[in-house]
Amino acid sequence: MQIDIKYFGQIAEVTQQKEESLEFSGTLVSELLDILYNKYTLLKDKDFQVAQNQELVSIEAKVTGTEIALLPPFAGG
Amino acid sequence: MTEKKHKNVFQKGAISSEFIGNSIAKHQTKTSIGAHNIFLGQVRADVIDDKTVTAIEYTAYEDMANAKFHEIREAAFDKFELTCMHIYHSLGTVKAGEICLFVFVSSPRRKIVFKALEYIVEAIKADVPVFGKEIFEDESHQWKVNS
Repeated sequence: MQIDIKYFGQIAEVTQQKEESLEFSGTLVSELLDILYNKYTLLKDKDFQVAQNQELVSIEAKVTGTEIALLPPFAGG
Repeated sequence: MTEKKHKNVFQKGAISSEFIGNSIAKHQTKTSIGAHNIFLGQVRADVIDDKTVTAIEYTAYEDMANAKFHEIREAAFDKFELTCMHIYHSLGTVKAGEICLFVFVSSPRRKIVFKALEYIVEAIKADVPVFGKEIFEDESHQWKVNS
C-alpha cells in the first residue's frame, strides 16, 4: 500500500524532506522503520515517536493508516 | 482517526500584548465569571555553551496538534467548572522576550482556574506535537525539548 510519511523538526533535517510517499508491503510499524533506517542511516541516533493517522502508536502496531508521522520530542509552550 | 476540522490554535509569529488585552476585554460582558487565570509562555534567552538563544522557530504537525488541543480543551471542560477557555500558540519565529503561548481560563470561582490552568499547560507541553528550533546569535541552532 501507498503510505505518506511526514517528518518534523530534527527528523526532517536528517531526511532532508518534510514528506514522501512509499510503497509498503510489510505489516508492522517496526518494518516500515527498518526501511527508513536503511534509507537514512542517521535516523537511528534520533529520538522520535510514531503517529499513525494522527495518534501515537507503538512500533509493534500494525500499519493500517495511510499517514505516518515521525515526531521528535515535543517543545510546545 | 478524526475527520472533523478542529479550531486552529496557531498564530503566525509572536502573540502581542494588544491581542491578549483585547481577549481580556471581550470577557467583560460575561458577568457570571468571577475569576480569570492566564498563562503566558515567553521565549527565554537561554545561554548554552556561551551562545545565547535569540529566537525560537516553531513548527507543528498542525492537524494532529489542533486535534490534541481540542482533546485537552474537552478534558478540561469535563474536569473543571469553566465558563470559557482560550488557547493560542505561535508558529514561525518568536524572538526572545516575546510570547509564544497564551492560555486563558475563566470560571465563576478562583480555586478552579488555578487548577485548570496548570492542568491545561502541562497537557500542552506533554501531548501536543509542536517543535522548537532554538536559534543562536551566530545563526546556528539546536532543538528544544520540553523538560
